[in-house]
Amino acid sequence: MTMTATAGHAHADPHHIGLVVEHPGPAPKRTVTAYGFWVFLLSDIVMFSCFFAAYAVLVSQTADGPKGSEIFEQRNVAIETVCLLLSSFTCGMASIAADVRNRFWFYLGMAVTCLLGVVFLVIEFREFADLVARGYGPSRSAFLTAFFSLVGCHGLHVSAGVLWLLTMMAQVFAKGFRADVLRRMMCFALFWHALDIIWVGVFSVVYLLGSGV
Amino acid sequence: MSDQTHMQVEHDIAPGDEEQHSVGERIIGYVVGLGLALLLTALSFFIAGTDLVWQPSIPVALIVLAIAQMGVHLVFFLHITTGPDNTNNVLALAFGLLVVFLVVGGTVWIMGHLNQNMPPMDQFIRMHS
Repeated sequence: MTMTATAGHAHADPHHIGLVVEHPGPAPKRTVTAYGFWVFLLSDIVMFSCFFAAYAVLVSQTADGPKGSEIFEQRNVAIETVCLLLSSFTCGMASIAADVRNRFWFYLGMAVTCLLGVVFLVIEFREFADLVARGYGPSRSAFLTAFFSLVGCHGLHVSAGVLWLLTMMAQVFAKGFRADVLRRMMCFALFWHALDIIWVGVFSVVYLLGSGV
Repeated sequence: MSDQTHMQVEHDIAPGDEEQHSVGERIIGYVVGLGLALLLTALSFFIAGTDLVWQPSIPVALIVLAIAQMGVHLVFFLHITTGPDNTNNVLALAFGLLVVFLVVGGTVWIMGHLNQNMPPMDQFIRMHS
């Protein structure tokens, strides 16, 4: 009886705060799993923000070593950025294919994502190897320490993502599109998109802002 | 009693999941996101290397473009919306952003003041000798 009083406000109350509802019970496992992973991703982003803060503090502490503008190559960074962006797109295509259970497009999307991720890692690794060979390793100055930790930490995440991607392809191959495999696939897609968001911060703050200073 | 009061609240939507759309609509969403992100990336790289704009405005422009691109990723790739089924995802994101701004902003602020008040030792000695 008391519920009738609030029923009329349903339209002005999109979040149903004033409405007494029958409790719908626990959310589906897909929602709970993805939400937990979402919280993990946010904590991962908080961890990256610490690396960003350290980089911002140490960027001018070059100890007579090279400045950012002397060691960054914008062409390589542009290729890396496009690779990661396209791989985010193909990862989205693969997750749509997984939702409609289309094996061909799933394997194709994941394979292209993997290829683009590996190209990104190869370019980054060659950049690091080149810097170390020129004597500009992480121990040269505080600036380079912060640079290698921030960019290297992102690179480690991408490496872990590529391994996870291959695992997902193997699981779909062996087990098919089971509910638990699809949940893992959803978490992987979240992870891969979040890495791309962090890379946007890296290329803007480290490479583009750094090349001007 | 009317059925209205007993309406079932739909469950929250998982982060990354979309509301019911056809495959075509979902693909179009990703294509639009990719196009916008590529455009913003190209703008960032163009602005960083150009002489056409007032130079002190470049860092601000780069940061604005980066935040815009993160927004594009969140909306078109991670499907974070303002819908009622997304409230929990948005709240978690808002808390994450709060911590990120506290960490980065606070660090830059405090360390900037420290650098100002404590110049390097050689400068310090020169100042007082």
